[in-house]
Amino acid sequence: MTTPSTPRRRYTKVDPIPWWLKAFGGLVVVFFILPTLFVIPMSFSDATTFQFPPQGFTWRLYENFFTNPIWLDSLGNSFLVATLTAVLATTVGTAAAVALSRLQGRVAQLVRTLLMVPIVAPAIVVAVAVYIAFLGWQLTGTVLGYVLAHTAIAVPYVLISVTGALGGFDPKLLRAAASLGSSPARAFVRVTMPLISRGILTGAIFAFIVSFDEVVLALFLRSPLFQTMPVQMYNSVTVEIDPTISAASSLMVVAVTIIFLLPQLLRGRVRRR
Amino acid sequence: MSSNKIKWSSWPLLVPALALLAGILLVPLADTFIRSVSAPGTYTNLLTDGVTMTVLWRTVVTAATVTVAALLIGYPYAYLMTRVSPRARGILLVIVLIPFWTSVMARNFAWIIILQDGGPVQSLFAFFGAEDVVLYGSTAGVTIAMTQVMLPFMVLPLFSTLGGIDRRLLLAARGLGSSPTAAFWKVFWPLSRGGVMAGVILVFTLSLGFYVTPALLGSPQESLVAQLLAQRTTLLLDFAAAGALGMVVLVVTLVLVAWANRMGGTVSAIGVVAASPPKDR
Repeated sequence: MTTPSTPRRRYTKVDPIPWWLKAFGGLVVVFFILPTLFVIPMSFSDATTFQFPPQGFTWRLYENFFTNPIWLDSLGNSFLVATLTAVLATTVGTAAAVALSRLQGRVAQLVRTLLMVPIVAPAIVVAVAVYIAFLGWQLTGTVLGYVLAHTAIAVPYVLISVTGALGGFDPKLLRAAASLGSSPARAFVRVTMPLISRGILTGAIFAFIVSFDEVVLALFLRSPLFQTMPVQMYNSVTVEIDPTISAASSLMVVAVTIIFLLPQLLRGRVRRR
Repeated sequence: MSSNKIKWSSWPLLVPALALLAGILLVPLADTFIRSVSAPGTYTNLLTDGVTMTVLWRTVVTAATVTVAALLIGYPYAYLMTRVSPRARGILLVIVLIPFWTSVMARNFAWIIILQDGGPVQSLFAFFGAEDVVLYGSTAGVTIAMTQVMLPFMVLPLFSTLGGIDRRLLLAARGLGSSPTAAFWKVFWPLSRGGVMAGVILVFTLSLGFYVTPALLGSPQESLVAQLLAQRTTLLLDFAAAGALGMVVLVVTLVLVAWANRMGGTVSAIGVVAASPPKDR
């Protein structure tokens, strides 16, 4: 009558993945990845324009990127702003996530929604408003101005990742700590923090990337004395026609790819152990 | 420690976040709003200056085209993600997330290379006999590049919805004599509408206010609303007019997002998927 393998075989027959869907998926993968990869061959080009296909082979653009003070300063500025933003946004966002995880009701829900507004508000509108306000407060072109503006848009990402980590956190642990004589602050540092540390770290990384990559606010807040790397990249396309941007782009593409693949590779190793 | 005590000790933790939000976002936006209404005629000028309405219409058409294209490309992809093995799903997800977090400037620069005069796309068209296809500096070029940049915002909410649909319902429909196509349209598609709505609203609203791609790949003659906004702010220094236009864009965006949110949690859906490491799901 029937063999034990029949149900499985029938299942795959009834509900297979159509070949055209797989083929389409493959095309979408190409559409996702291929365009960005064009920057890599361009970064070794000998030409002084953006002409494609690239000509010759040279490390000149990378050399320029790491020696030209305009590029080097903007890279340093971006690291400075992104690091400060990550620290501030992670602190502020973690505090808010911890508070919201303990609170219920309409007011807490409203606060949660309000804190998400920076993700959905159009960047250009925020940038225009912040620019006009910062002109009055003399914050344009300052590190403080950049950090405050970037922190405001980075906090939601920290909030989301820490809230996610707190989802698996048992509040009874805090009562246990309190019953053993721990103060709330000590209980947070010794009990809560270690358990949600991965959420906090994820949030910090995302806050860093959000700031490092942010270009619209940065375009408005720039000054001749202080600009970040995305702004310099923008200038190199619109004003200067400086092919060094292809080296900068390639470095950023490779960096993000490594950041994303690293946890996967590391975790694979831990699991194998 | 009573739960009441926990509650009261929790509110102060929200103060820094709220202060930052208020100081950096809400106060400047309110200030922009007040500025725009206290100058006479700013809002009626938007209707009558002959430029703004044209640009707004072009922006809406572009955003709608990008949204439809992203849905047509993103839905099958997200569907495929729910069907393949967990390992393949992880890879497909990383392929969405890497561009999502890759430098916006790098991605737009890549599109400049591809679409520029004499670039690979033009050569491709020329190979097939269409000699003078110029996408750089046109709304068509902006639309193509924006679709690719926006695609993750469509795929991520779709994936989180489609992944939650019980496929046995489809098998049940098949068992009851339905064809695969009918089973999909009558069972699967209605269940996926929440995710479709989330993705559509998200991509549409983000496209409405998108600045970098149109500024780099478009042309001033065919500008979109974000370019007009930037121009009125930094070149013309007409803060009242820029503010009025900004308020229109902001209100349209927030209304659409709030509406979609009532249908099924867009804002949190996108955030959760984007901000949690891929292996967790």
